[in-house]
Amino acid sequence: MKPKNQRLVLVSAALVAVLVAALLGMWGLRNQASFFYTPADIAAGKASEGQAARLGGMVEKGSIRHEPDGVTIRFVVTDGKAATPVVFRGIVPDLFREGSGAVAEGRLERGTFVADTILAKHDERYMPPELGNLAAEHKAGKTLER
Amino acid sequence: MIAEAGLAALWLAAGLAAFQFVLMILALRSNLEVARAMRGVAVAQGALTLLAFAMLLIAFARSDMSVALVFENSHSAKPFIYKVAGAWGNHEGSMLMWVTILAVAGAFVAMLAHRTGERTLIAGLGSQAVLALGFYAFLLIASNPFARLFPAPPDGRGLNPLLQDPGLAFHPPTLYLGYVGLSVAFSLAVGALLTGEVDSRLAGAMRPWVLGAWILLTLGITAGSYWAYYELGWGGYWFWDPVENASLMPWLAATALLHSINVLAARGALKAWTMMLAVIAFSMSMVGTFLVRSGILTSVHAFAIDPERGTFLLALLAIYVGAAFILFAIRGATLKEGAPFELVSRESGLVINNLLLSVILGIVFLGTLYPLFVEAVSGEKLSVGAPYFNAVAGPLALVLALLVGIGPLLSWRRERRPVFGPLKIPALLGISALAATVILWPGMHILPRLGLTVAAFLAAASILPLVARNPLRTPLATWGMVVAHFGIAVALAGMAANAAFTGERLAIAKAGETLSVGPWLVQLQDVTPAAGKNWTAIEAQLLASRGQGGVTLKPQTRYFTDPPTETNEAAIDTFWNGQLYTVIGKADPSGGWQLRLWWKPFVTLIWAGGALIALGGAVALFGRLWRLRRRRSSSAEWRRERYA
Repeated sequence: MKPKNQRLVLVSAALVAVLVAALLGMWGLRNQASFFYTPADIAAGKASEGQAARLGGMVEKGSIRHEPDGVTIRFVVTDGKAATPVVFRGIVPDLFREGSGAVAEGRLERGTFVADTILAKHDERYMPPELGNLAAEHKAGKTLER
Repeated sequence: MIAEAGLAALWLAAGLAAFQFVLMILALRSNLEVARAMRGVAVAQGALTLLAFAMLLIAFARSDMSVALVFENSHSAKPFIYKVAGAWGNHEGSMLMWVTILAVAGAFVAMLAHRTGERTLIAGLGSQAVLALGFYAFLLIASNPFARLFPAPPDGRGLNPLLQDPGLAFHPPTLYLGYVGLSVAFSLAVGALLTGEVDSRLAGAMRPWVLGAWILLTLGITAGSYWAYYELGWGGYWFWDPVENASLMPWLAATALLHSINVLAARGALKAWTMMLAVIAFSMSMVGTFLVRSGILTSVHAFAIDPERGTFLLALLAIYVGAAFILFAIRGATLKEGAPFELVSRESGLVINNLLLSVILGIVFLGTLYPLFVEAVSGEKLSVGAPYFNAVAGPLALVLALLVGIGPLLSWRRERRPVFGPLKIPALLGISALAATVILWPGMHILPRLGLTVAAFLAAASILPLVARNPLRTPLATWGMVVAHFGIAVALAGMAANAAFTGERLAIAKAGETLSVGPWLVQLQDVTPAAGKNWTAIEAQLLASRGQGGVTLKPQTRYFTDPPTETNEAAIDTFWNGQLYTVIGKADPSGGWQLRLWWKPFVTLIWAGGALIALGGAVALFGRLWRLRRRRSSSAEWRRERYA
């Protein structure tokens, strides 16, 4: 190959690589990105069933119930406007409490949010970023303040 | 006094960096005499920054609560090692460490690099000074680590208990050395673009730095992965957390650079390409630093939200990356492309390696930044996690791992021999592995199945470059390559085995009850309180057995007081064929305890593979430096003889 052609081939290969990365990325993001919803969003029908999603809000007082197997819990997440039931099988984080903020990762199945992971404020300084905004928006964040 | 001395040293170092930049301009405008002063200035700047960092370490070691940073991040009751490590377990301190490494690296370049042209070295040192200057400004204006408190509070607020772990104390320094080691490649590339001296000598000067940085990044990522695995208690080794991606992106770019630099060194080809990668690699380091340090993401690793600092860092990032890209756009096209090569050749193989790594880098970059971009534009919140990265980058990584087995067998310029002859045995192994998984585990997912296949192929194929060679006369660089490539096979096997064969059990157990997980029977014997220097805990005694005999595991939930936090301390027992991983959860109202148990066959191969990859790098680096030294001393002898 002549040096000039070689450079042409290399430059086009690089461009193709960039293009492929962008296309693959876009395709993946469209299918796999999980959106963040509040109970109000879910009540408004914004979340589609079965699609990976995150749900954030306050754990409603008196709503936590333990299933007989001891490792499955059900509770209700609210944002003051609407409420969504959540089911979770696993060990909840340390600062997961009624009346406190939490973010659930999972998907909506027949009106119930099935969570794979629960995130809560887990030390003095950290809280899931979505909750910070939520607290500001709904002025319900007293328990989130330090 | 200590804090003031540190601050003064920092100001002086910033002044010297500015002076160094001025000297570069003077030197490049024909007066090469001033270049001698430049080396001295670079060394002095490095020494002053090191002094400033030492002052911060002393303040932390002494628990000097009159320094605001110590008050915020330390506590007198902490074990000594975490007092010292607290110096970089926070925003200001870690940025100071960052710039310290940057300046010290610049000093070493000034002292050591003799291989590039003098003008390129001068321009490179100037570039390094400009980089340092920006970060000095950041520290002095937006993020002073030496600010005082008056009156001094009686005691500090403590360090996040998650960070009180010996592994984590040394994790950031390792990663930072890797990040910032890439700055030398960046500066030398910028210097060479300015002077037009892009040649194999430049590649030779850059290579040890890239290799060293890459080894440390590999080690840092591997150690960080293991830390997340045992400390977070979630049983996972990689979460595709943006902070993890922040370290993966420079690694991907450095891996590509490491390979293309060999083409430049050996054949003088891929000039513009290699310069581009050198710019991208350190840009990714800066992107990573921006992501972690600006507070734009809030995750386990990010500590503070402070938009002012974020904007400052973003501006620095934009200026440096933008300037380097503009320089590349102007000068890159004027570089003559070096020696030509055929379509089937070692060079082509390395180009394909680079393309695949770049595509993976692009995918990780997109997935990491897309949520930030969407939120900034539309206010909509979304997250991109493992499903995206695994589905999009996973298959490409497998293709890359497959090609890793083939590329090293090709010869430079043009391949004349039939390549696929020696690959028969590895191919056979791969196909047998595939057949075995289909027969034994028909329900296995596609990615782990292919992962095991490619791992079997690569484990055999990676050794081929050594076959039919005298092992003692094989260059150390070749040995290093073989070890690193074999390490990829090992890590891949571990990931695939973990994905395919992990057994998990989550249940409630009362004292005396037994649960089964994988081949294990685990009995909860008792739950008792325990205490450490700055924590109390509840501890479960578990007796695990398979067949006869048994081992005791003691997972804990720890309660720290300064600051008040709970953490899960998983108890892990390692066997030759896997790890038993146990976590104790909450008490159940019925009197039982939540237990989470995993049996993870061959999971340790993941980190063993990572360590092998780094070891391969170290062998190659040692080989290169040793050869360099020998060559240098023999040429000195030759000179002495000649002038005797």
